[in-house]
Amino acid sequence: MTESPDPAEFFHALDAGTRDERAGGGPLAIDARDLVKRFDGTVAVDGVSIAVPAGSIFGILGPNGAGKTTTLRMLLGIIDPDSGSRRVLGSENPHAIAHRIGYLPEERGLYPAMKAVDAIAFVGALRGLPRDEGRRRGRALLEEYGFGHIADRQIRQMSKGQAQTVQLLATLVHRPELIVLDEPFSGLDAISQGRLEKLIRGLAAEGTTIIFSTHVLAHAERLCERIAIVAGGKVPFHGLVSTARDRLPPQVHLETRNVDGPWRAVLPPGTEPQLRQAGGALFDFSLTGEVEPLLTALIEGGAGIQALSIERAGLHDAFVAIAGEAAARALEQDKEGNGR
Amino acid sequence: MSAMTDRASGAARFWRAIMVIARRDFGAILFSRSFIFFLLGPLFPVIVVGMAGGIGASVSGKISKPVLGIAMEGADTDAFLSAKERLSASVPNLPDTYVIIRLEPGERVLARSLLERTKSGSPVAAILSGPLTNPKLTGPEGAIDQWRGLVALVAGEAQRTDAGALPAVTLDKTVSERVDTTRKRIRTAQASQTLLFLLTMLLAGMVMSNMVEEKANKIIEVLAAAVPMDAVFFGKLLAMLGVSLVGLSVWGAVGLTIMLLGGQVPSFAPPAVGWPLFAALALIYFSFAYLLLGSLFLTIGGLAATVREVQTLSMPATMLQLIVFFFASYSLGAMGEPIELASIAFPLTSPYSMLARAAVEPDLLPHVAAIAWQAVCVALIIKGGATLFRRTVMKSGPSSGRSWFARRKAA
Repeated sequence: MTESPDPAEFFHALDAGTRDERAGGGPLAIDARDLVKRFDGTVAVDGVSIAVPAGSIFGILGPNGAGKTTTLRMLLGIIDPDSGSRRVLGSENPHAIAHRIGYLPEERGLYPAMKAVDAIAFVGALRGLPRDEGRRRGRALLEEYGFGHIADRQIRQMSKGQAQTVQLLATLVHRPELIVLDEPFSGLDAISQGRLEKLIRGLAAEGTTIIFSTHVLAHAERLCERIAIVAGGKVPFHGLVSTARDRLPPQVHLETRNVDGPWRAVLPPGTEPQLRQAGGALFDFSLTGEVEPLLTALIEGGAGIQALSIERAGLHDAFVAIAGEAAARALEQDKEGNGR
Repeated sequence: MSAMTDRASGAARFWRAIMVIARRDFGAILFSRSFIFFLLGPLFPVIVVGMAGGIGASVSGKISKPVLGIAMEGADTDAFLSAKERLSASVPNLPDTYVIIRLEPGERVLARSLLERTKSGSPVAAILSGPLTNPKLTGPEGAIDQWRGLVALVAGEAQRTDAGALPAVTLDKTVSERVDTTRKRIRTAQASQTLLFLLTMLLAGMVMSNMVEEKANKIIEVLAAAVPMDAVFFGKLLAMLGVSLVGLSVWGAVGLTIMLLGGQVPSFAPPAVGWPLFAALALIYFSFAYLLLGSLFLTIGGLAATVREVQTLSMPATMLQLIVFFFASYSLGAMGEPIELASIAFPLTSPYSMLARAAVEPDLLPHVAAIAWQAVCVALIIKGGATLFRRTVMKSGPSSGRSWFARRKAA
């Protein structure tokens, strides 16, 4: 029977070399360096390095074709990199620790003739869980997530959403320490997406490391502390979500009674006002310096502040700034395509 | 020590993975409707072979029914033919006769050299010579044994003697017993090769479509992430082998029952290694013939993207099997020659040739070496197939839906 290990024991088992600054000095569940993969002469992944702290929720963001799935497949040992190194849960051979990993591929699939409980037990058995234990846990998981009534139903008799849930539960049945989810939210309705986010948070709270790929930034923004942005097979950004957002200056929205005056000198050059009918004006600009000198200048310069907000940049804006307009457009198209 | 333990646990994990895959596939196939068709499958080649064999035997019987050549003195010849004429109404199966030479009284002839001269293209299978009081049959063991009693009966009738005082027929065997036994064993070898071919032939289509179904179900990535692809390949092959052994048992039982009820058991010369060992070797060589061809077809099928592509590949696959069978059959007539050694060394023909060898030669050591060689070849083909599959099929991105064959074509 495969049980989740004690986190302290697990961290201890990790090689000292896997403690990394990229993880804030903590232990790494995944440490991939300079991964390169070519298909038919085309570079699919070009020097990708990823460090996933143990016990964290990590997002790989990028449009379709960016190299997310190929990167995940290399981390899981489904394919081998042409060059570079990977270390997953302290092992360089992912298949040797398959019983500690759970994986939900982007292309969902189970044997159509299998019953839900058998499908879960089968995936568990592939990961080293005895079949009877897998069936017992499978039934329990289905009950826990409100799908007990389909436990003995064949996969072919289920709705797409039900089948996806069964596969997700099959990913968890052997209680893995690391869960890899490739586009887990695609094809799910809003309610199911919310449930999945809750599940991911719950698993992370229990110490499970979760890495998922997505082209929907909102999920990553809500769930992840750290992300890697993948575009064109490269990783232009890797680190904290907050660091990505800090790549852009905060946005200032200022409404004043006075359109002109000495205070205008503190605005960035070229900032144009939107004049209000009732008088006054709206200004949107980036905060390039500190907040305090701006406020002092506005007050002392007689701006007549009616409203003022200073917001940090969102992940979408950060993505555009980091990966470029083209990648952002591709991301939007993927999202629309998925929505259809 | 730790490395050894790691290797041992790695091997245990590998075998466990194989068994998980094999058990799933075995159960899924055994309890599917397609298994019924799989069971019925052998009927078609059996019917075809039976019909072809029946027609062939009939034609062969008409064209080359063995004839007893007569080389006796004129009076004895006439008396023998008259007696045969009289008896033909009451005694069936009297041999057809052909008077080769009417000897003058006191004249002698060397029956062996006469038979030798009439051999090429002649239906004369044996020579009857000597006086009616002591007739002599010269020819191969099978023919003269068969005619001994009938010749004595006709010779007795020709002399008008009582049934109790038939003349003693002297036998002069032209083919040594050893050569004759070898010839019979070769027949056993041919039969076993044909059976082996028919059994393995049925499996090719099923194995080829196996991976396509996995890809269609989109479960292949779940498998590939959890266990090494070699284990997936090997597990699938083992499952199919298990299914085929179930089929074999069913057909074996049905065949045995029919033979026992009908009271007609085909007689084959005992193989050189003896029946029990021959049966064991037949099972082993069947397994390896299947594993070798199966691993190759699984690899080819794995590279196909659609069922249609697999269907297109079935014909060349069947042709390949026929070539393998013909090569092995051809080598049977050249025991100990380079062509036979080549067919033993070539992995796909090796099981066929070695099974034939077991029927003819009693040495066991070559079998140990051949089985080891075939096992290595199975492992290498599976390893190569799994590597190719991972390299060419398990990729994401725009080209993932295209097949290996389509890409080659496009290139």
